[in-house]
Amino acid sequence: MSVIPRIAAQVFKESVRDKVLYNLVLFAVLLIAASYLIGQLTAGQDVKIIKDLGLAATQIFGLFIAVFIGIGLVSKEVERRSIYSLLSKPVRRHELILGKYAGLVLTLAVNVGVMAVALYAVLGYMSWVETEEFRRSWEAPATDPAMLAAIVLIFVQLMLVTAIALFFSTFSSPMLSAVLTFGLYVVGHFNADLRNFESVVESPAAVSLARVLYYALPNLAPFDVKAQVVHAQPVSLGYVALTSAYAAAYIGALLLAAVFIFSKRDFK
Amino acid sequence: MARYAIRLEELTKDYPIGFWRSRPVRALDHVSLDVEPGEVLGYLGPNGAGKTTTLKLLMQLVYPTSGRAEILGRPAGDVEAKRRLGYLPELPYFYDNLTAEELLVYFGGLFGLAPAVARTRASILLDRVGLGAERRRRLRHYSKGMLQRVGIAQALVNDPEVVFLDEPMSGLDPVGRRDTRELIRSLRDEGRTVFFSSHILSDAEALCTRVAIMVQGRLVSTGRLADLAFEVQGWELVVSGGDGGALASLGLDAVTTAVDGRYVVELPVDRPPDQVLPELSRLHVQVVSLTPRHESLEDYFMRLVARRQAPAA
Repeated sequence: MSVIPRIAAQVFKESVRDKVLYNLVLFAVLLIAASYLIGQLTAGQDVKIIKDLGLAATQIFGLFIAVFIGIGLVSKEVERRSIYSLLSKPVRRHELILGKYAGLVLTLAVNVGVMAVALYAVLGYMSWVETEEFRRSWEAPATDPAMLAAIVLIFVQLMLVTAIALFFSTFSSPMLSAVLTFGLYVVGHFNADLRNFESVVESPAAVSLARVLYYALPNLAPFDVKAQVVHAQPVSLGYVALTSAYAAAYIGALLLAAVFIFSKRDFK
Repeated sequence: MARYAIRLEELTKDYPIGFWRSRPVRALDHVSLDVEPGEVLGYLGPNGAGKTTTLKLLMQLVYPTSGRAEILGRPAGDVEAKRRLGYLPELPYFYDNLTAEELLVYFGGLFGLAPAVARTRASILLDRVGLGAERRRRLRHYSKGMLQRVGIAQALVNDPEVVFLDEPMSGLDPVGRRDTRELIRSLRDEGRTVFFSSHILSDAEALCTRVAIMVQGRLVSTGRLADLAFEVQGWELVVSGGDGGALASLGLDAVTTAVDGRYVVELPVDRPPDQVLPELSRLHVQVVSLTPRHESLEDYFMRLVARRQAPAA
């Protein structure tokens, strides 16, 4: 086994023993389960509510995991000086960055998987207890496989957020990395507005700047297909693939920048 | 095979200080030093002398401003050189949620050791540093001294040819210091090259074939410790067969009673042993040991610094 998978395996091992992670996952699973009760309060809309809440919980708690573990991946190693021992081993700096990233993505995959299983379990129970007639009133079956498209895109979006957190953590403190990552996450959801900036302002400089930012900042809105999935509108495989390809390109650029910065750094 | 295990050539490091108008501060100033295979080199100096910076440059944790560092004939930071070295950082810290055994297996894996081999190696090393019983405890529950021992164990996980130890005695209690001294001695006996930094002279006295002394980022002297001009500030004499009264009659006031009727006498610099020993013999007092008390490294440095500044003044 080469160095990168070993570092990834260690990050995974360290993460799954982190109490913060357990609390987040437990809370997310509880919220998904509680969505069943909330669903009961809304006549006829219960399945939609559970899907909506369940997917939102997966996204939000996945975001917390990606940011809070992602920002610590490198900066905590530097702050606590554990990086000194690690870099004295036959590890190249880019291998460390890629290994750390792969480890957190693996952690996220397992967590998103657990949350997805919890969501399908609640929906499966729902489907099992309701009558055939009631089930026919739903827009889509409770355990709709199309929901997987939304879950996959949530996961891909979290991979992108992790790369952002990792990028910031190669040169700034954990606190600043968290603020910057959350900031970029919020901006990323409103990125599309920058494209239409010319309809709001007249200054050509402002419009050009908005256009540059539109292309430079991550566009996270396309990853959110919860509404389509909940309302049984199709999400094509091509759309999932194209959005994932965009994420892959962006992640590649972020990791390249992270490796570049990290390779130049002095660990005083 | 490389002639030198470690080679520093005009190694210099400046750190920028300040945010807006940063100015360079020289941490290491044109240091050149060769260490031969099998040598135990004590890299000595007071705090801030540039010892840790040198080790970080050798591990390529920082990049040099100028000059070069080589380990086993390869440039510092080269992966092939790293395969053959071990490094204990100053005040080491590892991963809270791993056990000592897991940490060593992980680091062993980075050297390409198979998990079973790495586990066996971890077990041997943790026994060697006295942590065999604690191997399955998570590192978050370890004391500073225990982390230091884990640090030493992880530095040996790849059976290295060259071992770098940055202040290996810090954080250790007297037993830990003795054990570490023994361990360095055994590394020397196994033919490994050891480069260890310390600000405590006695650490080096017992172990080093050679020392290099750093002051304010510069290498001020190298050589065998015995050949360096450490001023003798007195002697410690251990005797038996007499009594406190007899010793007092010789005007030796700094007398303490040790176990088994032995007396420890502090001889001042103006009462050299060749004056006192005949008198003791006349009183039928036997000499058990005689150890010179050298000035401390700090005093030595202060003297060197004063000597350096004197011509300029």
